[in-house]
Amino acid sequence: MGMTMTQKILAHAAGLDEVTAGQLIEAKLDLVLGNDITTPVAIDVMKNFKKQEVFDRDKVALVMDHFIPNKDIKSAEHCKIVRDFAGRYQITNYFDVGQMGIEHALLPEKGLVVAGDVVIGADSHTCTYGALGAFSTGVGSTDMAAGMATGKAWFKVPPAIRFNLVGKPSKWVSGKDVILHIIGMIGVDGALYKSMEFTGPGVAELSMDDRLTISNMAIEAGGKNGIFPVDDKTLDYMKEHSTKPFTVYEADPDAVYDEEYTVDLSELQPTVSFPHLPENAKEIGTFGDIVIDQVVIGSCTNGRIEDLRTAAEILKGRQVKKGLRCIVIPATQNVYLQALKEGLIETFIESGAVVSTPTCGPCLGGYMGILAHGERCVSTTNRNFVGRMGAVDSEIYLASPAVAAASAITGKVSGPSELGL
Amino acid sequence: MQAQGTVFKYGDNVDTDVIIPARYLNSSDPAELAEHCMEDIDREFVKKVHPGDIIVANKNFGCGSSREHAPIAIKASGVSCVIAETFARIFYRNSINIGLPIIECPEAAKEIESGDDVKVDFNTGKICDLTKGTEYQGQAFPEFMQKIITAGGLVNYINEAE
Repeated sequence: MGMTMTQKILAHAAGLDEVTAGQLIEAKLDLVLGNDITTPVAIDVMKNFKKQEVFDRDKVALVMDHFIPNKDIKSAEHCKIVRDFAGRYQITNYFDVGQMGIEHALLPEKGLVVAGDVVIGADSHTCTYGALGAFSTGVGSTDMAAGMATGKAWFKVPPAIRFNLVGKPSKWVSGKDVILHIIGMIGVDGALYKSMEFTGPGVAELSMDDRLTISNMAIEAGGKNGIFPVDDKTLDYMKEHSTKPFTVYEADPDAVYDEEYTVDLSELQPTVSFPHLPENAKEIGTFGDIVIDQVVIGSCTNGRIEDLRTAAEILKGRQVKKGLRCIVIPATQNVYLQALKEGLIETFIESGAVVSTPTCGPCLGGYMGILAHGERCVSTTNRNFVGRMGAVDSEIYLASPAVAAASAITGKVSGPSELGL
Repeated sequence: MQAQGTVFKYGDNVDTDVIIPARYLNSSDPAELAEHCMEDIDREFVKKVHPGDIIVANKNFGCGSSREHAPIAIKASGVSCVIAETFARIFYRNSINIGLPIIECPEAAKEIESGDDVKVDFNTGKICDLTKGTEYQGQAFPEFMQKIITAGGLVNYINEAE
């Protein structure tokens, strides 16, 4: 029986010729990731292992990104625990203030993940690296600790859903609109325990940043991972960012899929997910006026350079609506620097937006843009759960950078078309 | 192993942000996390929960973040078991790894109501609603996961294997 792309990667990592959906395997890990929230818990867990060692100091990545620069004493203590641990075990890929970025934007940019890798991360959006043709999935702190100690993790081989992408998206339709549309179609548990495999001629029409956004939100459909085939764009990206050897896996022609969907990218419209679930997806133009108080452009989903370019293209020569807060957060130091060189930061500031150092900050209601009671925000982040960005009765509308920027100008949930673009 | 207690019932897609809001994630102390467990979905939960009580919910319980703080908060609040129609996969892994008993059972999830007195036998997967006098068969864990649970979590399992 044929294997999916995910199954082939897992079979290889488990040292097996073949695996089938539902099989429990133990796989070798190419990278184990943690952040400033999940790593302190993993470090605590590690103290209980007989063997107090890290399996490979080059294959652990610790990224301080959620509450840093530290928002309070407690988060500072957490970062200190991780900093001390990284020093003690001489962790090569430890990223603190000054070198850090939001983990899932940072790791591909640093070339730490390549095609064929098996990666676990104590962060649910670890599925992002599927865009590079890698198997990557989110786990908890205990799995992270076990991964750091042993270099292995157990997995249940997932069945798959295939998304056949066709057509070319129009100017203001991005990877974010594709994934919000798909989550709207299958629901927040539509891919529960399964791999989401994106294929078809439409893949070539998506940039690497688009693909990273799509894979990033596989978890919002309950998916174990979200993976793309490796093509010229992937090869160019890896050549630019990494020197690590990689392996290209392809699904067998007779691979078995639980379900198959065809998505015509040319038919998609800018899409917004209404509170309080990412599956509440609606196209711009299908709802009335929704007045907003804040816009956030950033996160591991949409804080990359293309995202900022799109937002700047819309904000250039225009003004953020008076009384609205527009917060722009480049995802990494490199993205920040590139945006500075291209004049994007100047555009943001001139339009009345603020620009922050890289941080997950407001996405999870940490800091840097918390919502008051009853406030509404259009955000390029990935979750709009109850209370996610602040007060329990505040509301988050998930959207692309284009929609977020347009909404910042009009003061209501809007697409670029409402600005005549 | 058995659990018995009063049920707190919730609906679909109870996410990790309502189980333990991120504003409290600057701590990883189980007791401190337990003080805010379920706060954004049920303000009364922490006041009312007793050791042994059981959470019952519908589909996709624990969706969202990978924060292990979520099952840790539930366990530290005294909850002895979570029954749901389905669990989000990271929450499922985390619960097994930290030793919070969870069990999937669509029928029980549908019929059991808040305040019911419920008994769960983990060896057989049997769930009894003593208030209603009904009985359900929950899904047993695969053998590999049972080994982790029997060992008392992933850490002990790995230590024993060495």
